[in-house]
Amino acid sequence: MRPSRVFAIALRQFYLLRGSPVRLLPMIAWVAIDIVLWGFITRYLNAVTGPRFNFVPLLLGAVLLWDFLARVMQGVTMAFFEDVWSRNFLNLFATPLRISEYLSGLVITGITTSLFGLVAMVTLATAAFGLSFFSYGVAIGPFFLILFLTGIALGILGAAIVLRFGPASEWLIWPIPGILSPFAGVYYPISTLPGWMRAISRCLPPSYVFEGMRAAVAGKGVVTTDVAMGAGLAGLYVVGACAIFAAVYRYAIRTGLVARYSAETVS
Amino acid sequence: MSSETEPVLVVRRLAKSYGALTAVEDISFEIRPGEIVGLVGPNGAGKTTTINMILGVLAPTSGEIRIDGIDLARRRSQALAHTNFAATYAPLPGNLTVEQNLRVFGMIYGVRGLTARIEALLAEFNLVQNRRTKCGVLSSGEQTRVTLAKAMLNAPRLLLLDEPTASIDPATARDIRVHITDLAARSQGAVLWTSHNMYEVTEVCDRVLFLSRGRILLAGAPDALIAEHGDANLEDLFVRVANETLTPVETPA
Repeated sequence: MRPSRVFAIALRQFYLLRGSPVRLLPMIAWVAIDIVLWGFITRYLNAVTGPRFNFVPLLLGAVLLWDFLARVMQGVTMAFFEDVWSRNFLNLFATPLRISEYLSGLVITGITTSLFGLVAMVTLATAAFGLSFFSYGVAIGPFFLILFLTGIALGILGAAIVLRFGPASEWLIWPIPGILSPFAGVYYPISTLPGWMRAISRCLPPSYVFEGMRAAVAGKGVVTTDVAMGAGLAGLYVVGACAIFAAVYRYAIRTGLVARYSAETVS
Repeated sequence: MSSETEPVLVVRRLAKSYGALTAVEDISFEIRPGEIVGLVGPNGAGKTTTINMILGVLAPTSGEIRIDGIDLARRRSQALAHTNFAATYAPLPGNLTVEQNLRVFGMIYGVRGLTARIEALLAEFNLVQNRRTKCGVLSSGEQTRVTLAKAMLNAPRLLLLDEPTASIDPATARDIRVHITDLAARSQGAVLWTSHNMYEVTEVCDRVLFLSRGRILLAGAPDALIAEHGDANLEDLFVRVANETLTPVETPA
């Protein structure tokens, strides 16, 4: 793997952001709306339930962590979509660029843009609503790692879907976090769910994060094996997503999809 | 890597089928250092399919492609490091400036001394005044020049040009022909050039491959082919070949 090629893919996104600062707005605007909305909901819930229960780390913290996952995923998919929208596949894939280098470039872009959004989210949530990550203890690091890896896996999977089915399948990608959130137990314990949903939850790395987060806030301590399970699953999904993307790419090369992405509209 | 006398591009028994449809059928040819070869034929003859296979973005059904002695199927990244291409249907991203596009692709090709190389190409292709202009707002002629500058970034041993002068004015087209001819002579690189402009092909190409229905029907130097078939020019020969069913020529395997 050549770092200069990986950096070239990330540099392209940097140029786009620098050339059009309005692209920065969605990274902040949507998360800010979420934080403000949920911040006032938690404030209201705290007011009606009294001091025995603090909803800020439970609900607002959950919103922030879930938004982080969604931002990571979108960071990867948006970088990929730039190549879809500018019909750049032929230019890119007729070069020495390897798939591993291309995906690494997308991941670096995802890291950068999601960290930008994370800083904005944390600043707003802390300053306006008093959210403190200290309430989660030392587990906050692994929590972010699990969510980050899951976001990367979903982003690469989303890119693979669009590469396989064409730009029209873009609409399939955006709702993925929303579809997963009921199973991930973002806002409620997994025990609330019916049996078949709990089975799916156990396969989703974020569910271990949100269960752990609730345990930490309740002072019960985070179960290390659960965190390890979540991290292991997330790592596995990243590898799986890369394998799926590589398989779709090989299919696209075999059938001429890559060339047609540039030469004509793929439906 | 091959020596200066060995072919830069070797295509052996190349075929591409999509189910029952055969796009390219068992074609073989070579391009030697400094040689410009024209790949001509009617629409749907298999020219772009052939170029896409050489660019590694379309897998052949069978056959072999070697670029500078490197097997494309086995060592794709190394082989493609020796190539570059320009095609009117593959403009560079319109939301990046000329200079940004050249830098991104220069890094992908691993060009050493990239800044100096970009400066030289901007000057060579008369793009200095457009360096900070987004490619999407350039005229089609300027976009073609940017695509060609990108194609020269890594001083490729094999340059693939798919109708590079299709959308540009005659003066610019002539400049580009001069550029490419000079480049091939100076660098001893090989060029595979597709075009529907038979005047251009006659002027630029050392050899021509007539492709029809995925097969090479004629191969040879433009003047020799015209003389051999008794036509007034290459365009007349093209029209006749496109309308006739000829026996494919035996090309070097």
